[in-house]
Amino acid sequence: PWGNFAVMLHLPLMVTAQVDLVLVLVTVLSLWTRLCHLSYPNAVVFDEVYYGQFVSLYMKRVFFIDDSGPPLGHMILALGAYLGGFDGNFAWNRIGAEYPCSVSVWTLRFLPALCGALCVPLVYLLTLELKFSHLSALGAALLLLLENSLIVQSRFMLLESVLIFFVLLAFFSYLCFYNLLIGPLLLSSWFRYGWLLLCGASCGAAIGVKYMGLFSYLLLLGVASLHTWNLIGDRTLSVCVQCVCRFFCLLVLPVLLYVFWFYVHLSILSHSGPHDQLMSSAFQASLRGGLSRITQGQPLEVAYGSQVTLKSSASQPIPCWLHSHKANYPIRCSGHLQEMMVSSPPRPVRHGDVIQLVHGMTSRFLNSHDVAAPMSPHAQEVSGYINFNVSMAAQNLWRVDISNREVESDVWKTILSEVRLIHVNTSAVLKLSGVSLPDWGFRQLEIVAEKLFKANTGNLGWTVEEHRYGTSQEQKEREVELHSPSHIDVDRKISFWAKFLELQWKMLTVKQEDSEHKYSSSPLEWITMETNIAYWLHSSSNAQIHLIGNPVSWGVANFSLLAYQVLAVFYLLRRRRGFKDLPHGVWCKFVCLGCVCVGGWLVNFVPFLLMEKTLFLYHYLPALCYLYLLSPALLEHMHTHLLSSVTYQRALCVWASAVLLSVFLSYRTFCPLTYGNPELSANELRGLKWRDSWDILYRRR
Amino acid sequence: MATEDYKKQWNTPGDTSTLRKRKNLSENTPLSKDPGRWTQDDPGSSNGTLAECHGSDSNNPPATLLLLLVVASLSFSTRFHRLSEPSHVCWDETHFGKMGSYYINRSFFFDVHPPLGKMLIGLAGYLTGYDGTFPFVKPGDKYEDHNYVGMRGFCAVLGSFLPIFAYLIVLELSQSSTAALITAAVLIFDTGCITISQYILLDPILMFFILAAVLCMVKFNHLTQRSFSASWWFWLVMTGASLTGALGVKFVGLFVILLVGLNTISDLWRLLGDLSLSMVDIAKHLVARVVGLIILPLFLYVTIFAIHFVVLNKSGPGDGFFSSAFQSRLIGNNLHNASMPEYLAYGSTITVKNLRIAGGYLHSHWHLYPEGVGAKQQQVTAYLHKDYNNVWRVHKQDHNESQSGPPDLVRHGDIIRLEHKETTRNLHSHLHEAPLTKKHFQVTGYGMNGTGDLNDLWQLEVCGGKKGDLVKVLRSKVRFLHRATGCVLYSSGKTLPKWGWEQVEVTCSPYLKETPSSQWNIEDHINPKLPNISLSLLKPHFLEILLESHIVMIRGNSGLKPKDNEMNSKPWHWPINYQGLRFSGVNETEYRVYLLGNPVLWWMNLASLGLYLIMSAVASVALQRGFSLEPKRKDLI
Repeated sequence: PWGNFAVMLHLPLMVTAQVDLVLVLVTVLSLWTRLCHLSYPNAVVFDEVYYGQFVSLYMKRVFFIDDSGPPLGHMILALGAYLGGFDGNFAWNRIGAEYPCSVSVWTLRFLPALCGALCVPLVYLLTLELKFSHLSALGAALLLLLENSLIVQSRFMLLESVLIFFVLLAFFSYLCFYNLLIGPLLLSSWFRYGWLLLCGASCGAAIGVKYMGLFSYLLLLGVASLHTWNLIGDRTLSVCVQCVCRFFCLLVLPVLLYVFWFYVHLSILSHSGPHDQLMSSAFQASLRGGLSRITQGQPLEVAYGSQVTLKSSASQPIPCWLHSHKANYPIRCSGHLQEMMVSSPPRPVRHGDVIQLVHGMTSRFLNSHDVAAPMSPHAQEVSGYINFNVSMAAQNLWRVDISNREVESDVWKTILSEVRLIHVNTSAVLKLSGVSLPDWGFRQLEIVAEKLFKANTGNLGWTVEEHRYGTSQEQKEREVELHSPSHIDVDRKISFWAKFLELQWKMLTVKQEDSEHKYSSSPLEWITMETNIAYWLHSSSNAQIHLIGNPVSWGVANFSLLAYQVLAVFYLLRRRRGFKDLPHGVWCKFVCLGCVCVGGWLVNFVPFLLMEKTLFLYHYLPALCYLYLLSPALLEHMHTHLLSSVTYQRALCVWASAVLLSVFLSYRTFCPLTYGNPELSANELRGLKWRDSWDILYRRR
Repeated sequence: MATEDYKKQWNTPGDTSTLRKRKNLSENTPLSKDPGRWTQDDPGSSNGTLAECHGSDSNNPPATLLLLLVVASLSFSTRFHRLSEPSHVCWDETHFGKMGSYYINRSFFFDVHPPLGKMLIGLAGYLTGYDGTFPFVKPGDKYEDHNYVGMRGFCAVLGSFLPIFAYLIVLELSQSSTAALITAAVLIFDTGCITISQYILLDPILMFFILAAVLCMVKFNHLTQRSFSASWWFWLVMTGASLTGALGVKFVGLFVILLVGLNTISDLWRLLGDLSLSMVDIAKHLVARVVGLIILPLFLYVTIFAIHFVVLNKSGPGDGFFSSAFQSRLIGNNLHNASMPEYLAYGSTITVKNLRIAGGYLHSHWHLYPEGVGAKQQQVTAYLHKDYNNVWRVHKQDHNESQSGPPDLVRHGDIIRLEHKETTRNLHSHLHEAPLTKKHFQVTGYGMNGTGDLNDLWQLEVCGGKKGDLVKVLRSKVRFLHRATGCVLYSSGKTLPKWGWEQVEVTCSPYLKETPSSQWNIEDHINPKLPNISLSLLKPHFLEILLESHIVMIRGNSGLKPKDNEMNSKPWHWPINYQGLRFSGVNETEYRVYLLGNPVLWWMNLASLGLYLIMSAVASVALQRGFSLEPKRKDLI
């Protein structure tokens, strides 16, 4: 190495730059199509109304949960807003609402548009890395450049373009790494691993933007593990280090990054907000404002005689507190004080202690009998005990069972401890059944005592939120003050990991209302583009923006998908019979193309067929990008390897250029619906309705 | 309750069959893919080792036969031990015994599973002298003097074949009678398998066919050297027949079809790579498999359904799930040789049935839409069962109905009101979004005693008709267009949540495309002022009823979703034997039966599955690195 270094010192310092002018041209065009007039329309467009709320919350640092995806995407949008000086004061209440001049629309939309624009040169480079010619690369770039749906999706504050960018970047960097491995090993291996690191990082970013990135990530992992498997088979190499490096870059790094996004997310969002209620009490207490303000300074350990509110840890469908009121058959869930039986001097309640719970307002004891509960007859009724002399003795003793006593201590602590209340006489467990009572119960939720302890341990926990010692007797209170344990800042007690795991779990399990949307569609409709989505309509004129793809390009994409599969089956059968139509290198290239492009399409499309979510046309865009990669490469393959005569090859070229021209023409045709400008007359709009199922809006005048 | 039981019933067979199948898989996969090569380079499997140790005695037919006899006698004695106890209905016997009785009584019913299993149960009952009179109302009912042992015995016989099949499969794969004996013993002494084989259930029948299919496949695989010989054909045909059996009992049988299919594909792929075979030979192989594994099973499967439809020719509890044309086949149904007024008239009471397959009757009841779901008015749904709440009365737009004389007939384009007979509310729609299909409008029952508002008016159209056409009962396809909003009455097929009693949503669709979902026909038609005319319906074609019954079954299956607060096991519970299932024993004094696998065996299965994965992973990495395992193996032996 020192020798090399010495040689390097003797060389003159020179910079040789090679610029691919086509690449530059494509990039410029792409930036132009994606970025020009970015701030038009100066109104909320489609899902901006959804993402906008979160951007506002980031600006105000208020905590929220969005189950649609991990936080990186939102944070990127918020970064744009931050750079533009957006203060978060805008009500994102309806599509089409005008932005006030204080909002810098351009910066809000800049980052997604930039990502969308950079996809085009990335596709160009990716085709080159798949070992196809510059002409194919140009073809792929042009297809992507002139795709109306991608342009629309990039130009607003939406996340698909960001996702596509990171996915393409991940594949590009992985292929760079892989090709350097095969190529001459002159370059330093660290340079190669730089690509691998970039690949891992962009995988982490892709998953961080949307869960959908996971599909492409898994595909990439599959390709990488196949390559690694072949590497293991190469007996000339010692593979241990390589395997470990790949493992670190492709598995550990994305996971770490994914967690890191959450770390940033939680660090930014430090204030309590609208979604607090979904989280556990401990989590809420770690947010500024909200619960922590109420619970600030209250004693930590629950003692005999404490007044507490008990919150069910099963926070679905909504958070609930143990509640009672003055109506017969009383115990319900929703919010009042419970008081512990007094026993002096105040000593903390420990795991295994037997207690009584008395309702603060009605002074009735929490009681349970072996009587069927009103809505869930398999469980016991829970009530506030009134002695009606019906030969039913009070059974109001409850044993405290602190379920997380290994983590916390076995003393019952406010907020931190999760307790189960076990009925002493029947060993049933106090539980929120989740069924709402009829009108006589004011539609509050039913509380039962569950006989089957093991059935599902999820809904059985209760935590203390508000807590104070009895204030009725002056003397006792003073005594309490003396003995009250030191206040511990709960914020420090809950670690990042606990918060991360809880948030992640909540994001995956919180169920959104599965409602059908006017523009939702089923996956099979995407292939033929049966539906469109109206994104925006001018408040007075016919100017409008639709998510409509370029029909010619979609046709090309579908055709190439079909053609590849037919060709692949044909080649496979022929090879099996011993006919080697393609030289080995070409065959590998062909297989690699299929793995990345057809595989990419499959993993990004097939899972949607099984999903029961509300789906939209834009979910198809990542899969579509893979097909645009495939089309020109397949054309090149046919040109060089399938068509023997020059005449046919020429015919193919002519045909390809004709197709490209019609792609351009149809792009031009749909431009008004893509950019919302110029405004079209109703007749012209009708002319654009190429499919009956498209929903194009006409304003009646 | 019924659906709940179905659900449980779905899960239970998975318990054992999945595990069984997996275990077989784990033993088969390395071998069955390439049966010719296993002795040379199957590195991981202990079967290989055993095979070489004991290879000699497997070639000894009398010993094998003797062992087989031992296995068979043990298996039969464990399954038949105290078969007749308890002498009351256990668990899902309440369904399948009942369905067996339906076959004996020949009354039509609907079930989510294909008919073969229940037909066999019915046949067994018939042959052993059960007369089909026991009602099978609920678990715990005493059989008294009804002859139920025959049906249980039939299931037990099929269940007793499982160890025998398993013995033969492992013997074929490993050539080691020790390994085969262990497998058979595992199955014989698995308490779960014993319990599930002793009652009138579909699962022993299903497992019988699944293992039979695997056995035939393995036998077939080992005959590659003697292609197109008589035994080769025999096992091929038997494979196909067992596949039909498995699918004919439950749709879970599709998984074994998948297994056999994959095996066949890999087999064909191997043949294709064999360059000594000409394309003609390969084509022959392909055609033989297509015939044996696709055409023949399909034919048998269709035959099963043909028998099913021929046997069940009387009206029964399942009628309402099917279209009007289908029902007209059934003796005793009011549509069989139906006699009613031919043309729809004002003042008639009618039932209206949706034309999509498994579409229900237009239905309403005394319950309102809950808060937050459109307007809080009376629910209108589609309901699959025949019910007095399905009855509607046809009125003119204005209220003055002619009291005397023959009633006016309804014509294409007329504007009518539909009044729900039971609640006297009018069919109504308005610009609120529908409960599930948000793009559509809500349909409600509105008004009182027939007085409502303008939103109660519907224009009736006969599909393909022109102004003035009369509406033929049963045969005309009609659409109801809402006057005020221009939408069309539509049944989305989506199941409403609990508040809607899990009936099917009815909406008013603004999209006017003619689909079966928006077309209805008039089924029952009662008008005392009009003469009844005998209507000979078009009898449906066999293929039509086959298709219809499948779509109804698939709809039924997808409708079986677990409800809240229900004890049901999750798939991950099964292999670890997390909890059993109470078959019988309602009170303390009764004979109790609890379905629980033998924990030692089940956990051992899990361990061997894990062991197999580890061994094959290690071996394949080693092979990929080019280590030869041969010397080590020799050392071991």
